[in-house]
Amino acid sequence: MPAHAYVPEINALLCGLFVLSAFGMVIVRQVAACLSLFIVQSALLAASAFLLGSDPFSWHLFAVGCVTVISKPILIPWVLRRLVPREVYAVREISQALDAPAALLLALGLALVGVSLGARLAHAEPLQAPQNVVVGFASLLVGALVLAVRREAVPQVLGILAMENAAFLAGIAIAPDFPLIAELAIAFDVPLLAFIVAVLTRAVYRRVGSTAVAELTMLREHTP
Amino acid sequence: MSIATALGLNLLQLAFVAGLAPLFRGIAARWRENIQFKRGPSIWQPYRDLRKFFAKEYRYAESATWVSRFAPYAVCLSPLLVTLLIPVLTDFPLFGAFAGDMLAAGFILGIGSFFLTLAAVDGGVPYGAMGASRTRMVGFLAEPVLIVILFAVSFVANSTIPYVVQQQWLSPPTHFFSPAHVLILFAFFMLIIAETGRLPVDNPSGHFELAMIDESKVLDFSGAPYALLLWGSAMKTTVLCVIFTNVLFAPWGLASTPSAGAVCAAILIVFLKIAILLALLVIVETSVSKLRLFRIAEYLGAAFVVAVTAMIAAVLAS
Repeated sequence: MPAHAYVPEINALLCGLFVLSAFGMVIVRQVAACLSLFIVQSALLAASAFLLGSDPFSWHLFAVGCVTVISKPILIPWVLRRLVPREVYAVREISQALDAPAALLLALGLALVGVSLGARLAHAEPLQAPQNVVVGFASLLVGALVLAVRREAVPQVLGILAMENAAFLAGIAIAPDFPLIAELAIAFDVPLLAFIVAVLTRAVYRRVGSTAVAELTMLREHTP
Repeated sequence: MSIATALGLNLLQLAFVAGLAPLFRGIAARWRENIQFKRGPSIWQPYRDLRKFFAKEYRYAESATWVSRFAPYAVCLSPLLVTLLIPVLTDFPLFGAFAGDMLAAGFILGIGSFFLTLAAVDGGVPYGAMGASRTRMVGFLAEPVLIVILFAVSFVANSTIPYVVQQQWLSPPTHFFSPAHVLILFAFFMLIIAETGRLPVDNPSGHFELAMIDESKVLDFSGAPYALLLWGSAMKTTVLCVIFTNVLFAPWGLASTPSAGAVCAAILIVFLKIAILLALLVIVETSVSKLRLFRIAEYLGAAFVVAVTAMIAAVLAS
């Protein structure tokens, strides 16, 4: 059997693991575990880009893969680790708007909605990798849920970044010949976002002593 | 293939499961200690335990009814019935192959644990009733996972007969790497851990009655009935391992002809495959800690999500 016969299957497998890591980000209890799941998800995205770029060969997708490898699994975690105080990662139970089973069921429902939407879109046009579009849509909605149910600054940022990952996963299947300038722009944009939020989180932590969003609803006087 | 050979092979499968189940338990116990740099008990220890308990006198509680007397037989016979439905050594169907599918296998195993649960309450020991209610909690959370896994399997293989499903992953090899298959493996592995009462769901080597789930149900039994319960639970673990390895995880290496050589090779290969799975289980068991009771719902919820994802993947692929 020729090697490229395995490409769709392995790509589908990467997509399956991608959506699983999105589910994981909804329920894991530690900030550090949430960050490692984001790293895994980004690595899966890069692997999918390399795989789709190898057959038929596409420079654009290889460029996307390289940019992703450098920015998401390496640069962003480094920025977040470096700037956000260590104590934030030591939080063992992230406060959540919903308890874990309820959040999980909601995530499942959203994923099903995403799958049915994505499947319609994927079959409207013959695509090389329709799974990417379907999984991208599902993970996009699950990422939005991460943003909604988590009440801690860093996991919320990771939720935004997970949504961005999901949009990218769908994007490389819909438009493999994306202009390189757009890819580079996003590659600079996203670490910048992480940088700004990390600096903000650091400042908030210094002031308030916590980054749990629920505790930041009250106004308080400045005490030097 | 004559009827005599088929019957002989069926009996051989039963003998494989019944005879080697204590050995598998012994190997797992030994490795669990070895991995922590302890020497551990001999791998033959479960056989010695069985001999000892069969020779001992036994008593039932005064309040015990026929349920307590019947439960050990149900626990012991239900894995043996399932053995008739699944490919243990051969990849061609034997007697009983089409008598029931994987759902039936799940239900037959369920009969055993149903009677064990009743017997735990029957004896009147307070710990038994507590363990019984906890087992039911784990059980009813594990049930939907099993059913969704079977849905996914039937989407992929168009059947839930174990012999047919086993052929599905053999050819072509791309099927083996399909996302549905890999996710089914994940979910089933998590289910085995929950069903056989291992960490992180239950600690089988714990001695603290308040924290027990599985062990507390057999506190009231002694002698031969207790031996039957021990043997039955070892066989249940073995049967689940056989379903996992031969039907889902590594469908290779089964005898495809009824010749003596092929069957002997199959015995060896299946033994090795189960040993590898046990090593994997031991590694998982020593690297995680026990979950709080109400976190088990989250663990099985995660297994459920994996199973549903597998089903979505199977539907998308078709």
